[in-house]
Amino acid sequence: MTLKKLAVTFVLGSMALVTVGATSVLAQSHINLPDSNAGTVSVETQQSHIGALTGHATEGKNLYRRYCIGCHGPDGNGEGMNAQWIDPKPRDFTEGIFKCRSTPTGTLPTDEDLFNAITRGFVTTNMPQWRPLTPQQRADLVAFVKVWSPRWTKEKPGTPLNVPPETPVTIESILHGRQTFQRLECWKCHGPQGHGDGPSASTLTDDKGNPIRPYDFSSGSRFMCGVTNQDLYRIFMTGLDGSPMPSFADVVKPDEAWDLVHFLRTLQPLKTQEASLWQTYKAAHGADIKPIGPDAAAGAQ
Amino acid sequence: MRTKYFLALTMAVLLSSGLLVFANPPAGSGSVTGKVTYTGTPPKMKPIDMSKEPSCAKQHAAPITTQDVTTGPGNTLQWVVVYISAGDQGSSAAAQAARYDQKGCQYIPHILPMQVAQQLQIYNDDQTSHNIHPLSKANPEWNKSQPPGSPPIDTKYDKPEFIPVKCNIHPWMHGYFVVLNTSHYSVTGEDGSFDIKGLAPGKYTVTAWQERYESQSQEVTISGSEAKTVNFTFKVLPY
Repeated sequence: MTLKKLAVTFVLGSMALVTVGATSVLAQSHINLPDSNAGTVSVETQQSHIGALTGHATEGKNLYRRYCIGCHGPDGNGEGMNAQWIDPKPRDFTEGIFKCRSTPTGTLPTDEDLFNAITRGFVTTNMPQWRPLTPQQRADLVAFVKVWSPRWTKEKPGTPLNVPPETPVTIESILHGRQTFQRLECWKCHGPQGHGDGPSASTLTDDKGNPIRPYDFSSGSRFMCGVTNQDLYRIFMTGLDGSPMPSFADVVKPDEAWDLVHFLRTLQPLKTQEASLWQTYKAAHGADIKPIGPDAAAGAQ
Repeated sequence: MRTKYFLALTMAVLLSSGLLVFANPPAGSGSVTGKVTYTGTPPKMKPIDMSKEPSCAKQHAAPITTQDVTTGPGNTLQWVVVYISAGDQGSSAAAQAARYDQKGCQYIPHILPMQVAQQLQIYNDDQTSHNIHPLSKANPEWNKSQPPGSPPIDTKYDKPEFIPVKCNIHPWMHGYFVVLNTSHYSVTGEDGSFDIKGLAPGKYTVTAWQERYESQSQEVTISGSEAKTVNFTFKVLPY
């Protein structure tokens, strides 16, 4: 074999390798949209409306291929290449079930809810915030998220839960919130001190049977669905669908719900008005405070 | 005068036909009865440890067990839903709400059949909070807390589906909502027997559904007010 022939073989060989490599990359980023009889809204027509923005699924599809496919997968079912390394698992869009909603349990979220989720990310998971994307791009992604499940054809988003103005933060409110925490048995999962270590905590699974942890208030981290007291109010009133966290909207009155919010803030190691009020109260009445948990329940009986 | 008479007659005909359609589906007096049995070794039902929930534990003198393969004497299978899956000639709307109780940290009944759009009422009879979490797919999935003393949850399902129900607080609690398109169904009792009544003459498909094993179907033809016997046998495995 001459030197020239060898060089030609080498060049041709490397070109072939590059082609194979490129094809496999393309194959990985191919999106398998639901087939036409799945009852889903087509990617050509699906839109989202967030304030003055209109998102288009066709645009969202390209963004999804670039930013989302690695985790949420080419089938939108949360089984992307990275998913096996991730816990909690990426959302399965084909089920049309979402945790962070402003709408009642069992209903679809609003476009704003999905937009806020993409913007904010989920601090307790691998989902980052997507503020680097423009609002228009995030709106396009919202539209694309809604092409995976037939629920978006058949159902309308629920009516957002009304969050009434916050009641004043007082020690009475905190104490009543503490009773509510005991009565609703939040401690069964979140633990008597809110450490996420209640008696049922270790048995919890999400809808797909994957183990899932209740929020640990002592971590002081942001909540999954926001940071404000209004977000906290919404989290337990709407529930986090697809997870063990139920909705309390039918069993808690708005005033009681605000009391619970004020108490939950005292469980976090944060410098809040609630925490300082509670510390003062505890310093003065420490001995009279009944512990939360099964013992307190037995005492009440 | 004539027009008036004609109108009245039309109204009468319309009304009676309406009544016929909505209040009286082709009522029959045929029936399908039978037994559901198993062959093979059924799995052992596991005892449930409720010590973490003393208010429930004290309601059970003997520890209760899981119920997903409940057997009776003579190799019979309990909690099998037998229903008309094809050939139904009209179902009557359910007169009563289906009632589901949470009592002693157990679902009662373990399997609750109901019709599409039938009212469903869920009660908490316990001194502890439950969260009712039916894992529906075809119907919207919800998850609600129900502390002691709460009013019943009033709901319904619009699509036929077999829906597993769980309580995340008490992970041993497990049951099923069986939402059917027909009013002709029956759940097997301890002796494995079922009884589907009120069938008009015709050809039917009878299906038996068990929560762990594949459903089985048989064809049956009823003439007049015949009482047909159909038996089902499930092959069970010890694991």
